[in-house]
Amino acid sequence: MRRNQVAVVGAAETTELGVIPNMSQIQLHADAALNAIADAGLKLSDIDGIATAVETPQQIAHYLGITPTWVDGTSVGGCSFMLHVRHAAAAIEAGLCKTVLITHAESGKSMIGKLPRSTPADSLNGQFEAPFGVYGPPSMFPIPVLRYMKTYGITHEQIAMVAVAQREWAAKNPRAMMKDPITVADVLNSRMIAYPFRLLQCCLVTDGGGALILTSADRAKDFPKKPVYILGTGESVETPMVSQMETFNSSRAFKVAGPTAFKEAGITHKDVDHLMIYDAFAHLPLFGLGDLGFMPHEETGKFIADGNTRPGGKLPLNTNGGGLSYMHSGMYGMYALQESVRQMRGIAPAQVKDAKISVCHGVGGMFAASGTIIFTNEK
Amino acid sequence: MAEPARARPKPTPETQHFWDGTQAGELRLQRCDACANVYFPPRPFCPSCASRKVSVFKASGKGKLYSYVINHRPAAPGFTPPYAIAVVELDEGPRMMSNIIDCPQTPEALELDMKLEVAFEKLDDKITLPLFRPAKG
Ligand SMILES: [Zn+2]
Repeated sequence: MRRNQVAVVGAAETTELGVIPNMSQIQLHADAALNAIADAGLKLSDIDGIATAVETPQQIAHYLGITPTWVDGTSVGGCSFMLHVRHAAAAIEAGLCKTVLITHAESGKSMIGKLPRSTPADSLNGQFEAPFGVYGPPSMFPIPVLRYMKTYGITHEQIAMVAVAQREWAAKNPRAMMKDPITVADVLNSRMIAYPFRLLQCCLVTDGGGALILTSADRAKDFPKKPVYILGTGESVETPMVSQMETFNSSRAFKVAGPTAFKEAGITHKDVDHLMIYDAFAHLPLFGLGDLGFMPHEETGKFIADGNTRPGGKLPLNTNGGGLSYMHSGMYGMYALQESVRQMRGIAPAQVKDAKISVCHGVGGMFAASGTIIFTNEK
Repeated sequence: MAEPARARPKPTPETQHFWDGTQAGELRLQRCDACANVYFPPRPFCPSCASRKVSVFKASGKGKLYSYVINHRPAAPGFTPPYAIAVVELDEGPRMMSNIIDCPQTPEALELDMKLEVAFEKLDDKITLPLFRPAKG
């Protein structure tokens, strides 16, 4: 894919984030979509491409009243929206559609109009993981952590610093769910969830949504908001079973998606002004820093513990507060993308001064899938 | 009302040999006849070279502790927290999820790379689960 040929021209989250008991899941999609359409100064009838995950594209298209000529229902977990951006950019470049709407929403807390997730007993997960007591992401996603720590000499305190640094970012963000400062001791004394992880190392559970609108860079300059260009993209999948990852020292999906995006963007790690790494749990930024090639895995824990990713640090990371402190409705990738777009527009609550390149890296399932989008505000 | 039971696996045509094996007190893996790759979970072809010529064999049942969590909450039906959810690296190469029995469910007792051996736990007349315990000697 060519650089900077497609741009984000509309971006918005749901009007409210957090606990939204007065809206069903599809209405949360619509709320985010209508906000994004207004942000772009468009009409619903201008949308000719639609992408969404968990909810089907037909559900959202019908509910909004859209007749698309291009559809993407890729649903690989929380990074689905990174993949949607990548696919939409390719589709727009190929002339399959002109203006794509990508929506996410989840009634993750209130559970209104949301199908429960289930694992069939005859699926591979149902046969070879469920019988051993896995029960939701907190019991599965941290399974690689102890091996990663042993291999690279990472400490509990270093991983706790992920939550501390992100809380500092969240304190600057009026829309963040959790804003009170925390210390490493607070993290390590919070309620045990699944050893080695405690409550403050696990993401929030909230309601909310977000939507993006993409169009060609040629058209993007006629929109009311500053265009945010797609500089590079990458995606991959590995396995739906965390126990079957190639190694717990790395994520293969990360190692494919991240470097693919960097290569496409034609940038080096020194060029990155702002970074989002989907943090469903506190170890993900460490895996991300290593697998995206910012540094060897041995150095990721120290890098964060030394304060390099906190406000004022040299690599601002998860500047909205992340899934640990901002919000997490179940598929957080959309909120990471929203924060990258805000940073590139120069309107983020914790704005990184003069940021020109933002890397946004997502995970789906328990390291099952990955998508990376690199944005820039300079064409 | 009966106590909630642990999730019960339901075999498919491709995995039946594995569950027949655990019932017979054997941990069965598959090996590719073409490239000698040993793999898990079961499937009737080699995920390394795509050959359909593969054989089922009885594994040693020995392995080591690759990684784990000790789950406190929420607990799965049929489990009393805290309980460890482990990934065992078998001597033959593949890894599988399991539980560690005959061992305190604590970070001190559960040491990474500790040697383990398979133990079979009968769930009902049709399903026996492969669990692991610290290896003797
Ligand atoms: Zn083979």
